[in-house]
Amino acid sequence: MTGAALPDLETVRHWLSQVPDPEIPVISLTDLGIIREVEWQDDTLVVTVTPTYSGCPATSVINLDIEAALRAKGIQKLRLERQLSPPWTTDWITTEGREKLRAYGIAPPVDGTAADGRLAGRVARLAGTSNLVIACPRCGSAKTEKVSQFGSTPCKASYRCTDCLEPFDYFKCI
Amino acid sequence: MATADIAVDQAAYFDWLCRLGDNCLVLGHRVSEWCGHSPVLEEDIALANTALDLIGQTQLWLGLAGEVEGKGRTADKLAYLRDAAQFRNVLLVERPNGDFGQTLMRQFLFDAWHMELLRALQKSSDPRVAEIAAKAAKEVAYHLERLADLVIRLGDGTEESRARMQKALNVLWPYTGELFMADAVDQAVVAAGIAPAPESLKAAWDRTVAEVMAEATLSLPEGTFQHRGGKAGRHTEALGFILADMQFLQRAYPGGTW
Repeated sequence: MTGAALPDLETVRHWLSQVPDPEIPVISLTDLGIIREVEWQDDTLVVTVTPTYSGCPATSVINLDIEAALRAKGIQKLRLERQLSPPWTTDWITTEGREKLRAYGIAPPVDGTAADGRLAGRVARLAGTSNLVIACPRCGSAKTEKVSQFGSTPCKASYRCTDCLEPFDYFKCI
Repeated sequence: MATADIAVDQAAYFDWLCRLGDNCLVLGHRVSEWCGHSPVLEEDIALANTALDLIGQTQLWLGLAGEVEGKGRTADKLAYLRDAAQFRNVLLVERPNGDFGQTLMRQFLFDAWHMELLRALQKSSDPRVAEIAAKAAKEVAYHLERLADLVIRLGDGTEESRARMQKALNVLWPYTGELFMADAVDQAVVAAGIAPAPESLKAAWDRTVAEVMAEATLSLPEGTFQHRGGKAGRHTEALGFILADMQFLQRAYPGGTW
């Protein structure tokens, strides 16, 4: 991009908001909240990305997709940096991203319900007194039950609606 | 880098980071052996995802180990090109899978310890350790919750499932003590404020295990004999079989990529 003005960061962010998540293509990387920073260091564009799960196989694909998208827009000098801290949380998924998930059939995460490794809440959950309601993304019913804590990708759990009987994925909270 | 300010013997630090990485690597590989063989599809997926989390954590720990060592060894090189005597995992994680109950019991006993360790490591004097711990702690909290539920359901389950879970606990118990034994490597990282003393994690682990076993109607074994050796590279034959499988490709086709 020699001689031309460097694109402003708003434009770059907009481009990144067009890059779909490789495993859940209805939401973008910015919806997912994993683009932590975009900045120009002289004439090099630095994009800082945080991984969702440390073993998520999509992580390397995401980096490739970011690079391909920005190169296609004419960015020549580009560096991707990994940032672990603060660790990604599902709380960072945007409001818009949550609506897209729901429309796609994936129940969005309920904030503030992540496991914390202390087992105090477990007894209440086993006894069925938990007030955590995961609404069915198809019919909206609150009568749903967990089938498995893990689902089709590392970031999802399996649920079932006891009203419309449809199985669905729930974006698990971390 | 941050370690320049931390006075610690670099060889000991490297060794200690390999312990963290190798625990995740060997357990991750063991758990992945269930892929396609679990009793039900949901558990198959859950075990595969648990293994994936552990392998992801392995990349972070062994990546940092290679950085600290400063000889250009990547996480992949450390995983694929060391032999059994260079591995630093505790013996517990290389135990054979046994039946489904034994696999779950091993994971619970490990997770209960792993959780306490990662919680403490978030206060490490090395920010690189603290940030990996903060990342991994979220995943391990999720594992621990699932495993506690399963151990309770199967322990407090049918006569058959209860007998199997009690047997699993009895078989694995003598391999838990090594988690809390300290040696010169531990002392070096503890003195540098990098890690907590291994024995300091015991009280919280004891509480978690006692609480879950009581609900699972299982009895804690009374034997006091505990195996040791893995942290110093003295392994059981089980590790050799794991490595023969895991490292086959890099040994048959050195440097192969795809």
